[in-house]
Amino acid sequence: MSLLEIKNLTAKLAEEDKQILNGLNLTVEKGQVAAIMGPNGSGKSTLSYVLAGREDYEVTGGEALLDGENILELDPDERAAKGLFLAFQYPIEIPGVGQMTFLKAAINAQRRKNGLDEIATPEFIKLVNGRAKELGISQDMLRRSVNVGFSGGEKKRNEILQMALLQPKLAILDETDSGLDIDALKIVADGVNAMRSPDRGFVVITHYQRLLDYIKPDVVHVLSAGRIIKTGGPELALELEAKGYADIVGKAA
Amino acid sequence: MNAITPIRTPAEQALIGAFGALRDTGPAGAALEGLRIDGFSRFEASGLPHRRVEEWKYTDLRAMMREAKPLAGAPDASALLAAKVAVGRLPRVGGSRIVMVDGFHAPDLADGGSLPEGVTVSGLAEAMARRPDVAALLAGQPATRGNTAFALNNAFLTDGLLIEVAPGTEVGHALDLVSITSDGAPRLVTARVVVVVGAGASAGIVETHVGPAGVDYQKNVVMQVVVRDGATFEHGRRQIEGDQALHLSTLEATVGAEAHFDSLTLTTGAAVSRSQLFVRFAGEHSDVTLRGVTMLKGRQHADTALVTDHAVPNCQSRETFKHILDGEAHGVFQGKIIVQPIAQKTDGRMMSQTIMLAEGPSMDNKPELEIFADDVACAHGCTCGELDADLMFYLKARGIPHKEAEALLVEAFAREAIEDFGGGPLAVVEELREAMLASVTEWMRART
Repeated sequence: MSLLEIKNLTAKLAEEDKQILNGLNLTVEKGQVAAIMGPNGSGKSTLSYVLAGREDYEVTGGEALLDGENILELDPDERAAKGLFLAFQYPIEIPGVGQMTFLKAAINAQRRKNGLDEIATPEFIKLVNGRAKELGISQDMLRRSVNVGFSGGEKKRNEILQMALLQPKLAILDETDSGLDIDALKIVADGVNAMRSPDRGFVVITHYQRLLDYIKPDVVHVLSAGRIIKTGGPELALELEAKGYADIVGKAA
Repeated sequence: MNAITPIRTPAEQALIGAFGALRDTGPAGAALEGLRIDGFSRFEASGLPHRRVEEWKYTDLRAMMREAKPLAGAPDASALLAAKVAVGRLPRVGGSRIVMVDGFHAPDLADGGSLPEGVTVSGLAEAMARRPDVAALLAGQPATRGNTAFALNNAFLTDGLLIEVAPGTEVGHALDLVSITSDGAPRLVTARVVVVVGAGASAGIVETHVGPAGVDYQKNVVMQVVVRDGATFEHGRRQIEGDQALHLSTLEATVGAEAHFDSLTLTTGAAVSRSQLFVRFAGEHSDVTLRGVTMLKGRQHADTALVTDHAVPNCQSRETFKHILDGEAHGVFQGKIIVQPIAQKTDGRMMSQTIMLAEGPSMDNKPELEIFADDVACAHGCTCGELDADLMFYLKARGIPHKEAEALLVEAFAREAIEDFGGGPLAVVEELREAMLASVTEWMRART
């Protein structure tokens, strides 16, 4: 069974009529890193939000099966509990909610769903400190409110920290490279690469080929006007980098 | 023109009758009797306030107080025993605990060791008979005197507490003042506490108001505070009355020069409550911070009414009030800042923020700025809305269930009013902050 199977998915903004996803088909296998590239407005972020369950979007048709189960009717927290993780393009600042409180709530919610006891505080602190160190996240950042006062790069690293703690089945990285300098990009890519495993899949959404130098994809999909119009190997990303989207998009249209 | 004979409601008639009975059988003592007569005549002239009285526009007491309960008498032995058990269940927040039962001091229920050095607690009637200076402490500021809840407190005043902190004393732990109403037939409780923080002293009091669930008792409580020059007073207040109670509270503070007054109120209890704060700057270069967190559900009604009077120049006032409303609850915030003509360089800021957890609640906000000086900075703001959908999505996308995500955000919202409370020398303040945050968490958890 495929890890993720999206069949003929159509979706729009809840408040507008214009369809953004227009019959999107996509399969991600276990152990696979699938890159999704596409021009502005092609529906990349919409796809990530629709999969994560954001309320502003309305699914008008099709299905998305995670491990064979359609997740589109589930609340966002239930999808997360099933092992879906979205690394946000713009991680949100939550003033007043401490980073550690937030991480602990997320870990414990997952443990409860899996019938486990809540994590003991010393174990939790050890776990967070270990992962944070690998990602260059300081103690000071852990003491602050979630993402408050973090630089763009720090926010992205914080997303990867959450992913590392929650160990999802399927991680969607929505333009995780945007706003990152090369050093931060390497740290983030190392964090992702460390989590690659035969049981886990990644959907890496990006504009640029550069990220894929660090996170090597198994397969590259091109998204345009809400549909996958071309699928290939890593060389497809290089081709796009050299020629731009216009050529491929033109042929598909 | 013909004289108009006001139509008395049953509650007003009962209050008038109760005053007559108290006059005939109550404790003598010219001092308190003078206050009682003055308070009663003010009440008799005005009656219970209703929606056409501007200060009571959103809390129509005449409609909400259908009947007046019989006056509570001094608790008997079994009431004291029951109170002792109930008070024992409340974790102490602070140092020495002082207990009032049905408005009467219950010295046998004191806990947490003897009073700190420099702190004295006396009976109000006794102190008033003995000392000529006490009457002035009870008289009230002009704005307070014209208030009906205050007038009624005076009308039924038989005793109370005078808490004094000697000049220059630093009291490390706040006093833990528990004011409990007995179970049983509902009664009208009148409680009065006067606090004097001497020059250069620092002290704190945490009041907790508690009573039985399912009993529609009525409580009218007044605390009058004088913060002398150079003194610091930190005041915490937990209104966790029983769910059927009517709770009227008046906090009056007179703040001297170079003094600090910080007050934080948590309101979760009572069916109908009104919390009045009258603060007057009497000396320059002082600062006052008033904060509150009110959490209401079901059909609860709570009104917070502030009057901050900048009567002298160069003082700073900050007001931060947060409402969290669920069910069909009704919250009210009325904040008046008066800047007198001579009060140049006044710096006043007031903020009222509300989170609606459901479609049903309503909130009324009424800021009033009366500025008569021309070199001042005064600002007020008000927000009212649901929890931010983007924040909710982010939390839920990490697997945190809806209710828990709401609780995290509400705690963060409440924390803004709570977290920098105090800041003075009191060790207890952190304990109080934690206790209040825990109450916020507990309240959110108890939502169904």
